[in-house]
Amino acid sequence: MEQLASLAPYVLILPLCMFLILGLFGKKMCPKVSGILGTTVFGIVSVLCYYIAFKYFFSGDYQIGDTFQKVTLFNMEWLRMNQNLVISIGFLLDPLSAIMLIVISTVSLMVHIYSMGYMHGEGGFQRFYAILSLFSFAMLGLVVATNIFQMYIFWELVGVSSFLLISFYYFKHSAVRAAKKAFIVTRFADMFFLIGILILSYYTKTFDFGPLTQVTDGHVEIVNSTMSGVTLLGFPIISIAVFLIFLGGAGKSAMFPLHIWLPDAMEGPTPASALIHAATMVVAGVYLVARLFPIYSFEAPHVLEIIAYIGAFTSIFAAVIACAQTDIKRVLAFSTISQIAYMMVALGVSGYGGVDGLGYTASMWHLFTHAMFKALLFMAAGAIIHAVHSNEMDAMGNLRKKLPITHITFLIACLAIAGIPPFSGFFSKDEILVAAFETNKWVFAVEYFVAGLTAFYMFRLYYRIFWFGEPENGYEHEPHEAPLNMTFPLMFLAAVTVITGISWAFGKFSFTEFISSDYSSYEIHTHWNIALPSIGAGLVGILIATFLYLEKTGRPNKAVSYIKKPYIWAYNKFYIDEIYLYVTNNIIFQRICQPIAWFDRHIIDGFMNLLSWVTNKTSEETKEVQSGYVQQYAWVFIMGVITIVLLSINL
Amino acid sequence: MNIPVESYFILSTLLFFIGVYGFVARKNLISILMSVELILNAANINFVVANRFIFPEQLEGHIYSLFVIAIAAAETAVAISIIINVYRQKKNIDAKSINELKY
Amino acid sequence: MNILSLFVIIPLVMMAVIFCVNGEKKSLIRTIMSIGGFALLCTSAYLTIQFLELRQIDSTSEFLFTESAMWYERFNIHYSVGVDGISVAMLLLSSIVVITGVFVSYAMEEKVKEYFLWFLMLSIGVYGFFISLDLFTMFLFYEVALIPMYLLIGLWGSGKKEYSAMKLTLMLMGGSAFLMVGIFGIYYNSIPEGSEGTFNIQEIAANVQALKANGGDISWEYIFFPLTFVGFGVLGAMFPFHTWSPDGHASAPTAVSMLHAGVLMKLGGYGCFRVAMYLMPDAAQDLAWIFIILTGISVVYGAFSACVQNDLKYINAYSSVSHCGLVLFALLMMNKTAMTGAILQMVSHGLMTALFFALIGMIYGRTHTRDIREMGGLMKIMPILCVCYVIAGLASLGLPGLSGFVAEMTIFVGAFQHPDLFHRVFVILGCSSIVITAVYILRVVGKILMGPVQDKHHETLTDAVWYEKVAAFGLIAAIAAIGMAPLWLSNMIGGGIENIAKLFTYGL
Repeated sequence: MEQLASLAPYVLILPLCMFLILGLFGKKMCPKVSGILGTTVFGIVSVLCYYIAFKYFFSGDYQIGDTFQKVTLFNMEWLRMNQNLVISIGFLLDPLSAIMLIVISTVSLMVHIYSMGYMHGEGGFQRFYAILSLFSFAMLGLVVATNIFQMYIFWELVGVSSFLLISFYYFKHSAVRAAKKAFIVTRFADMFFLIGILILSYYTKTFDFGPLTQVTDGHVEIVNSTMSGVTLLGFPIISIAVFLIFLGGAGKSAMFPLHIWLPDAMEGPTPASALIHAATMVVAGVYLVARLFPIYSFEAPHVLEIIAYIGAFTSIFAAVIACAQTDIKRVLAFSTISQIAYMMVALGVSGYGGVDGLGYTASMWHLFTHAMFKALLFMAAGAIIHAVHSNEMDAMGNLRKKLPITHITFLIACLAIAGIPPFSGFFSKDEILVAAFETNKWVFAVEYFVAGLTAFYMFRLYYRIFWFGEPENGYEHEPHEAPLNMTFPLMFLAAVTVITGISWAFGKFSFTEFISSDYSSYEIHTHWNIALPSIGAGLVGILIATFLYLEKTGRPNKAVSYIKKPYIWAYNKFYIDEIYLYVTNNIIFQRICQPIAWFDRHIIDGFMNLLSWVTNKTSEETKEVQSGYVQQYAWVFIMGVITIVLLSINL
Repeated sequence: MNIPVESYFILSTLLFFIGVYGFVARKNLISILMSVELILNAANINFVVANRFIFPEQLEGHIYSLFVIAIAAAETAVAISIIINVYRQKKNIDAKSINELKY
Repeated sequence: MNILSLFVIIPLVMMAVIFCVNGEKKSLIRTIMSIGGFALLCTSAYLTIQFLELRQIDSTSEFLFTESAMWYERFNIHYSVGVDGISVAMLLLSSIVVITGVFVSYAMEEKVKEYFLWFLMLSIGVYGFFISLDLFTMFLFYEVALIPMYLLIGLWGSGKKEYSAMKLTLMLMGGSAFLMVGIFGIYYNSIPEGSEGTFNIQEIAANVQALKANGGDISWEYIFFPLTFVGFGVLGAMFPFHTWSPDGHASAPTAVSMLHAGVLMKLGGYGCFRVAMYLMPDAAQDLAWIFIILTGISVVYGAFSACVQNDLKYINAYSSVSHCGLVLFALLMMNKTAMTGAILQMVSHGLMTALFFALIGMIYGRTHTRDIREMGGLMKIMPILCVCYVIAGLASLGLPGLSGFVAEMTIFVGAFQHPDLFHRVFVILGCSSIVITAVYILRVVGKILMGPVQDKHHETLTDAVWYEKVAAFGLIAAIAAIGMAPLWLSNMIGGGIENIAKLFTYGL
């Protein structure tokens, strides 16, 4: 305990220092030095994270019976609002944050290594590493948050580092636009998050996760005692509050209709996409819901149901779009949206405690596996882009011989995401389907279909890149395999994907021992009655993709011609971006901002100018009285005297 | 010969109003100056007559009118010099042409 | 001698010295200004440390470092000074802005001597206002701070400078007229029976409380509170009295914009708080709703207006309207947390808006345009300035780790604790400004700093020189320091707030 408490601050301090050092003095360093420095320091951070997580799970000090305890390693008062409301910066260790530490440090370290190769020779190399450090700092701070406001603080920081990374190629219009979009959309969602926090803290008088997630007798006591019975516009206030908080998460996790920023965010450098927009930051929303899960589960079950429906819709929506995209990073982006929605669904259908909480476990399990194989997919995509200098599928094909390592690792990741045993994705996805099956058949049906669709579009991607035949104009340069510092992360992550899957398959390793909704371990088995059909769906998807894309034939075009209309809609992402563009440009800017600016210049300021004009005009008019003609003055004077005399006579 | 006091006052009133009329209506600055003299003289007549009829044994009225004559002389000197300066500037002595005071 | 009087004496001495220097010796004048500015900064830093130490020992008295000297006996007017946590924070802010303002003015070549003389006069007014405890003396310094603005904008400004200078001065003078009526109203009505009147704020507050406790007539508060609040509110850019701000800031020279938006506008908020609300708490509580609506409009309205402006200074001026609106908005929520947030917001806004204006001035000095449509891709050309601009923007949109976040969150959390639904609904409305702020900040950042270089002539421009770096880095350091470790500042301010907050129903 003491030992961990003394180590824990360094997990946050080291990346922050790295950010400051690289940010302030990076320009003076040679790029290589800054890269190695950043990677080494993050290596140390990763080791610390592993050590902390390992100690937590395996030393037994943090368990009572088979229940894991929440430990606050340190908690430092940062800002005191009043007697009750205190924002602290602290380090909360529980199964949830421990598992997130592993995910973040692994993926981030791999990205640090990978970037040394991928970003080699780019301008702003040091800047890239500085922002990576900032992001790692923010993301680690987010997952270890001891209170909801600390989470919000780091939530904003990951948002801004995402902005900085997307706009890394700041001289490109598209990158700047994408960065602005990402920041403003998530910011919009964050506003709801903030309002949710305000409402929640107004009633409960605390930000602290401790009391907020303390379950007693089937209730979160502090929430139930203060908020039950209070309604606003007919809705229970607690539901409104947690729904608003969920909206914040929905923004970061790109749930429909706030998903529009994520595909565009692919304008950033590929390693950044792998880290932020595939593995870590985008799952923050899932993490947020998981963190507050007791409140959702006991105090606002209807909100949880809504989350399940939103998740289900998003997953199928994004999967359909992914089938029609031609930019490989965008396919992966939509696939990410779909998979995160899967995790949301899992939380949405989950209950609390024991086997009821299977969805919760499955969600976290899927978060873990997905982070690994999706980061792998992105980095492999990066290696491919590196080799062919294009994002478009049309510029690729037949690369399996030329990029052997990338090919194998990419295939492993595709199999994992398609849900083929014994790769890790199969197990996590299977548990989600089981949880959905037991709670909500509709959601289950959708997710089952999405599983097949996922297999289809991933293998479409795979065949288009590695088989299908060379592009029409051939390659400008002969594509060649990436250097070791890029392939090593691929192999490492592929190994993780395979090993976790296999050890699960042989029963050596069960995720339910480590993470569950009430932190007590429980037993589950693979449900073959659901697993087999889901494998079937995956295989069907793969078969269709093989049929269409294995070799260069007219089949894809023919298939498209049968579904021309839906294809065009899906290709254009169902025109959601255009709707947003219309709303922002034509409604917000032209119908709100412009009139307000006009009103200010012409009405408010016009009124002030009118006042001065009236003053000027009045004096202009009355000054005629002062003609300067002595005789006129004398005349007025005399008349005045006569009037006064006459008046006084009358009186 | 016994002239009633009213006739003096009628004379002075007439003089006064002729002066006022001249002051207000004439354009020429010299005429205006002359009108001012008329007004002053009207006042002088009043002083003298009042002194003679009300307090015959005292001299204040007479002395006062002497004062007025002296001041009027000084005033005329100043006024004439102003008028000459106006003439140098404007090449006329029209009262309407000097209205810069309004600024 | 009292340490507080130094804040008036140092600029006076500087004025005297500069007055004696030949106007052609520009670098000498600049050196004197830097030394003096640095002396002021040191004094305020020393004061802060002393204050914090003394507070530990003496936590009961409301003001520390008090001193009083009669200067007009007929009306019992004193030169009385004293500070609490709020004034200390404002003095620190003023010193930082003044010294950076001096550095930003290094490039000034025209009538340097006269410029700095008026500049110092302005700072005397500002400092004097913050240290005064006597209503009349306070008002005197307030006027001293306002008048130089006319000359500084009218002579050294750009664009429609005569119009803007006239507009700014007239509108602020209009505010002062209200204010003067308010102050005399307070003075005459607070005189307890059988004793003479006083202008001392502390004594007036005590008298008013005594009056209320004895069941005396306090209906006069309802006349003079709106007058005083509006009077200060004009300077605090309260809707609909804010229109001097865009024109005035756009025409003013850089350092004057900085000082004006950074410090002078804070006089408004500070006055509303120290005079209007402290001395007339009952009327404040009953009439707050009117001003909450007005300032609530300010917050959102300023932000929306900023979204479509094309002149950098206009954008920032409207942004100031929005942020300063938040200051008054938070004050009117009348509880300790929100009020602390308001003061934090004053400090934070002062620093970041000064930084903004400084950077806009530097960019304008190079590109000779402030129209965002005519610039693009400056990040490649002048990276240091642009990175500073991005940091200023991020501070403005409330990024954690920079001061804006601390202030805004304290305001929102504090204001939301108000038990009345009306207040909370307005807080939510206010929250929406954080999104709109992001929109206009990113619009500027995306347009002029990022993207391809738009004007080929800009490619030869140079990056910041040393005095510009000093100014920008100094402000950024202050912003980051508050943003990272806000607790001491928040506690220091909170101590001062308590005395006033306790007058209100939901104050503590």
